[in-house]
Amino acid sequence: MDETIQLQAAGLKKKFGAETVLNGIDLDVHKGEVVVVLGPSGCGKSTLLRCMNGLEAPTEGSIRLDGETITSGGRNITKQRQRIGMVFQSYDLFPHKNILDNITLAPVKVQKRSKAEVEQQAEKLLKRVGLWEKRKAYPRELSGGQKQRVAIVRALCMNPEVMLFDEVTAALDPEMVREVLDVMLELAQQGLTMVIVTHEMQFARAIADRIIFLDGGVIVEEAEPEQFFTNPQTQRAKDFLQTFTYEKRKTS
Amino acid sequence: MGFWNQLNTEFMARYLPWYVDAAKLTVTIAFWGILFSLAVGLVCSVIRYYRVPVLHRIVAVYIELSRNTPLLVQLFFLYFGLPKLGIVLSAESCAIIGLTFLGGSYMAESLRSGLESIEKSQIESAQSLGMGQMLMMKEVIFPQALAISVPGVCANMIFLIKETSVVSGIALADLMYVTKDLIGLYYETDEALLMLVIAYLIILLPVSILASILERRLRYAGFGN
Ligand SMILES: Nc1ncnc2c1ncn2[C@@H]1O[C@H](COP(=O)(O)OP(=O)(O)O)[C@@H](O)[C@H]1O
Ligand SMILES: [Mg+2]
Repeated sequence: MDETIQLQAAGLKKKFGAETVLNGIDLDVHKGEVVVVLGPSGCGKSTLLRCMNGLEAPTEGSIRLDGETITSGGRNITKQRQRIGMVFQSYDLFPHKNILDNITLAPVKVQKRSKAEVEQQAEKLLKRVGLWEKRKAYPRELSGGQKQRVAIVRALCMNPEVMLFDEVTAALDPEMVREVLDVMLELAQQGLTMVIVTHEMQFARAIADRIIFLDGGVIVEEAEPEQFFTNPQTQRAKDFLQTFTYEKRKTS
Repeated sequence: MGFWNQLNTEFMARYLPWYVDAAKLTVTIAFWGILFSLAVGLVCSVIRYYRVPVLHRIVAVYIELSRNTPLLVQLFFLYFGLPKLGIVLSAESCAIIGLTFLGGSYMAESLRSGLESIEKSQIESAQSLGMGQMLMMKEVIFPQALAISVPGVCANMIFLIKETSVVSGIALADLMYVTKDLIGLYYETDEALLMLVIAYLIILLPVSILASILERRLRYAGFGN
């Protein structure tokens, strides 16, 4: 097996009742690679990510992390999830815990690391996203963008090998989108392996090593970002990209 | 005016100790009844929340049974019925068990509504941080669910304290029993009833006030994501 493959979907199928949401996905994510998954709403992007950390069990096929199959509900699932960080669209910080406790909870209680060491790392990460002063605040006192940055820090503090981002800016006010995306760009530069679902096309183009275009439950197109955005090969990708462009109204 | 002037204060002073003893009994029964109700309610709510096979059906039957039979009937069953099966319990035990049987279902329903109000995204983010079921329950679900359940749980407590008045039905000398006794013996109805009302107020008001303080504190303590 290719040693540099970190996360792999092989023949992944997922059905909800009679509805086939993913219909055979093969995807290798290499160490340090940033893969951006694009596709129309409802095409199964979230489902793909959720399969990747065992929140959904594949109907067929498998997800492997460093060659080890991820089994939702399996014995090792909590161990495996520690190695895959995930940030969701909804700001899902724990509302009854302050920012620092949100971040240190799992590293201390799940990974059994020393509190002092975890807090040191949390301090470093929080400073990097400019939120160290907010460490004693509660989630409700933060803006959406700040909450998402904390959610990213919380996942990072587990030292995951891979990070999954599911439309983390979709619920944010436009002026807050940037601060979150900047954090992700920085992580990409540091060589973190990431799988990102987003509707921010310029961001996707800037951050991706590879674009995956998902539609109808299959990978319709897979390309380098420049190639994908300037010269998409399939009609469906062209149509999809068309929905993001606005042309000047001709007045004649 | 007339009512207050005609009160037999000497009578009231003489029988005050009766009320103090009766109040102690009422408080004791209520205290243990509430404590065990919470324990039973907690276990039942978790069983229902996780839909534990078989058990959750048993719990559902228990809850229906408990909520749809009067406490007095439950007490009669415990106090007069069980001895026929060879199980003899003191009246006080019967009262506490009866109150627990009743309160357990009310607490279970309040706690369950708290558990069920926790959003799925909270659970999933805990899972994606590698938390196991127990840790997630302790650190993420319970603290939030309890805060949401507090108003219901407090209302149940007050309800259960008031329900203790029924234990006079199995010859326990609680506040209700003493009052009926004094009225029967001396016909000093106004005095006896007044002392009864005051005794219940002294017991219930602090609980009520504490409950509303707790509710207010919890409402501001880190919610409203
Ligand atoms: N738990 C579920 N039960 C039933 N259907 C689901 C469930 N999760 C997702 N789906 C369905 O799967 C499809 C893909 O959903 P999703 O992966 O969220 O798409 P996307 O993230 O690309 O918008 C949708 O039609 C959705 O209704
Ligand atoms: Mg989605």
